[in-house]
Amino acid sequence: MHELSLANRLVQMAEATAIEAGAQRVIAVTLRVGDLSGVAIDALRFAYDVATAGTRLEGSRLELRRVGVRVFCQFCQREVELPSVQSFRCPVCNTPSGDVRAGRELEIESLEVE
Amino acid sequence: MTTPRILEVRQGLLKKNDMIAATLRAQYKTAGTFVVNLVSSPGTGKTLFLERTLAALRDRGYRPAALVGDLETDHDALRLARSGAPARQINTHGICHLEAEMVERHLVGWNLADFDFLFIENVGNLVCTSSYDLGEQLRVVLLSVTEGEDKPLKYPTLFNTADVGIITKADLAAACEFDPALAERNLHAVRPGLPLLIVSAKTGQGMTSWLDFLVDRRQQSNTAMLENRRESLARR
Ligand SMILES: Nc1nc2c(ncn2[C@@H]2O[C@H](COP(=O)(O)OP(=O)(O)O)[C@@H](O)[C@H]2O)c(=O)[nH]1
Ligand SMILES: [Mg+2]
Ligand SMILES: [Zn+2]
Repeated sequence: MHELSLANRLVQMAEATAIEAGAQRVIAVTLRVGDLSGVAIDALRFAYDVATAGTRLEGSRLELRRVGVRVFCQFCQREVELPSVQSFRCPVCNTPSGDVRAGRELEIESLEVE
Repeated sequence: MTTPRILEVRQGLLKKNDMIAATLRAQYKTAGTFVVNLVSSPGTGKTLFLERTLAALRDRGYRPAALVGDLETDHDALRLARSGAPARQINTHGICHLEAEMVERHLVGWNLADFDFLFIENVGNLVCTSSYDLGEQLRVVLLSVTEGEDKPLKYPTLFNTADVGIITKADLAAACEFDPALAERNLHAVRPGLPLLIVSAKTGQGMTSWLDFLVDRRQQSNTAMLENRRESLARR
């Protein structure tokens, strides 16, 4: 499990951003997590509480924005969202596609600070 | 007390790793070294497969080298060194995957231009290894006939990032009642078009096809690089 090291990175990045903006405290973190990011949500939430203890993020909310997997379908000539990560086929026409356009995200979208 | 406000950040948590990986990728290209990252569960047969690959490439006149990641011990590096190729161990001390920074640190003192191929055996793990780019040109995922055909469906994130799939321990396929068509269907469900090879490092079955594949991919990568260089010279 690499969720603790990810949570530690998150705290480092959030603290640096908060300090730069002259904020005392981080109230909430919004994180975009793709279905193909390889992150286990429960483990991340647990790691978040551990990693934020004693920092400017202590007691803050972790808001997760799930990002579904989108592939480009050659047949339909457009991006489509996959209903399941077990089948990389266009849900409209059933053509296989490995051309992933979204779903690997793991990024801090924003911070709420004071 | 100040009023709460929102700060836009839009930064990837893996940004630092991705930046180091990009630097490494540029170094590999300049040196003409073709870099391969091997990922699988523990015990799939990465080390034996790699030991045989290193020896066979040397027989064909190439200069390969290897880095091997493990939680503790340098057993795998010692096994790989038996091939005669330079091999170094990366001990991650509990970290379940290799990161670009670890690779960078363990390349110190090696001249990449001395190597035609560099293999990086990752820590045996089907989850965390998928997120960390090591700057490699080829990501190889291995699946042994003893693991069951449905591994790709259980770990789609990893299998989806692979450039080639190797089914290992073919000599045990009959004993395990391994169904190659089902394995292929599952692999292609999560990574359409993935090239697949079936090998036995023990008997040597399939190893020639694998070596031909590797040599071919290296050739393609070097040709593409030379063309880019020629184009940028022509633009000046
Ligand atoms: N029968 C058979 N056993 C193999 C083969 N490749 C590896 N093994 C055995 O599988 C075990 C794990 O192999 P190893 O290379 O250490 O796997 P790793 O953990 O992925 O590096 C060892 O006992 C190997 O001897 C193979 O092609 N056939
Ligand atoms: Mg090994
Ligand atoms: Zn379609």
